[in-house]
Amino acid sequence: MSIKQISVFLENRPGALYAMTGVLAQNQIDMRAFSLAETSDFGIARIIVDDVYKTTTVLKDAGYVHNVTPVLGVAIPDVPGGLNKVLQALTDAQVNVEYMYAFLGGKDTGHAYMIFRVADNAAAAAALAKRGIQVVEQEEMEQL
Amino acid sequence: MERYYQPEIETASREQIKAWQDERLVKQVRHVWDNVPYYRKKMEEKGLTPDDIRSSDDLHKLPFITKADLREAYPYGLVAKPLKECVRIQSTSGTTGKRVVAFYTQHDIDLWEDCCARAIMAAGGTDEDVCQVSYGYGLFTGGPGLNGGSHKVGCLTIPTSSGNTERQIMFIKDLSATILCCTPSYAAYIGETMKEMGLTPDQIPLKAGIFGAEAWSEEMRQDIQNTLGIKAYDIYGLTELSGPGVSFECSAQTGMHINEDHFIAEIIDPDTGEVLPEGSKGELVFTSITKEAFPLLRYRTRDICMLTREKCSCGRTHVKMCKPMGRSDDMLIIRGVNVFPSQIETVLLNHGYPANYQIIVDRVKSTDTLDVQVEMTPEMFTDNMGEIAKRQKELVDGLRSMLGLAAKVTLVAPKTIVRSEGKAVRVIDKRKI
Repeated sequence: MSIKQISVFLENRPGALYAMTGVLAQNQIDMRAFSLAETSDFGIARIIVDDVYKTTTVLKDAGYVHNVTPVLGVAIPDVPGGLNKVLQALTDAQVNVEYMYAFLGGKDTGHAYMIFRVADNAAAAAALAKRGIQVVEQEEMEQL
Repeated sequence: MERYYQPEIETASREQIKAWQDERLVKQVRHVWDNVPYYRKKMEEKGLTPDDIRSSDDLHKLPFITKADLREAYPYGLVAKPLKECVRIQSTSGTTGKRVVAFYTQHDIDLWEDCCARAIMAAGGTDEDVCQVSYGYGLFTGGPGLNGGSHKVGCLTIPTSSGNTERQIMFIKDLSATILCCTPSYAAYIGETMKEMGLTPDQIPLKAGIFGAEAWSEEMRQDIQNTLGIKAYDIYGLTELSGPGVSFECSAQTGMHINEDHFIAEIIDPDTGEVLPEGSKGELVFTSITKEAFPLLRYRTRDICMLTREKCSCGRTHVKMCKPMGRSDDMLIIRGVNVFPSQIETVLLNHGYPANYQIIVDRVKSTDTLDVQVEMTPEMFTDNMGEIAKRQKELVDGLRSMLGLAAKVTLVAPKTIVRSEGKAVRVIDKRKI
């Protein structure tokens, strides 16, 4: 019920991100979603990819510090109030969102996709299911 | 069971040690008076003749000699034997300025190697051991000194010198090295590389390491001991006095026994030059009483240290010195506060960071800045920005309470801090004073 997000430690300096995307490009890795959090001296690139095992292997070989975190992927109808409905379900269930980011759903143009980082994925997924909101599985994500 | 290379010397009575020191000091003073005009002049300036030095109790009367004297006398000014009787030159690594060149007769080499042999046996070494010497060979004393000591013990010696870390590990594994000799920072790097190669401590035949030539913390010792699955022993020395083996750790691992049959140690107040009572913290001063070619009387090491004659569980009777807090040459003065890199290292390791760090000191608008760069590790990384920032702040707070001043902590990518195969470059001082 969760999706594997890879978080990568990067220094905040010119070319650091480019070097990492270079590694992914060389290895034909397709990113599904991407978000960057930063301070003045370092940043964390959070990515969702088509092949988690291959990506972590090539990142490790290239010397990147990284980890894999289970996050929640949600497909939201691309209409006004779509996100609000999802957040309401989470709020009612007292689920705190540590961070979130959006991305486009590839060939699927009817939905916007969101990634949610929460403390308890199972509880959050159950709260969403109660309101008829389905989470996206890893396999679906890989095929988008 | 504790092993000694020269038991009759290493466990001699205090009276016996004093008797050796008295006799040898008197002889040494006469030797330099007769053969080194530089010393004779210094003594004459103080109104001294060799007759004024009747025992080691008179040592305090002699003038000090400093690194500045060594530079002034470079290259031959302090040599006390004809060059045709000298067989070797070694030189300092030059990490703190101009190199110092030291001379040895065959007898000097022999005694130096004895000292290193004592250190190897104190670390549990015997003629059954395979001893890999990964200190640099050449002008640096680390390689030649431990190499000679290892031969004297009868270890099967692998003179790999430093560098080519994967080959080092291959030799340790394939030739079942049981003792590793190198700088602590290189030992840490070898450990890190082994871990990356997927080797666990039980797959490594090493049982002991003899690490010196740079200041290292107790926390770094623990770290190295855990990574390599060994006991890590400290060894101390100065090229000026011979090289490694001036003092060494025993099984107690609570300080280094000074080879007092060759060196007399004093602790002085670095400002006044006054000799301080035992147990005081001050600058370590050495007199080499058996060196023929390059004898030094009251050489100021710049190392801040303490001595203790408390009875040691290993049975050795020679005085122990604590791990030097750092060479006063290494000491940084930042905003008027004395800072030793080893203090910073202690805080980093206590907070779970690796010993891969660099200290960058600069001056911005007439205020000193201290930036500690430390590498991110998989253990310290999380996808949660707040958590990383929290750990970073804890580190800043830890540094503040240790040093008494504010430091900036910069997290950098792995392997961006250059690994050292010899002495690590810990400090980059960009201040233009």
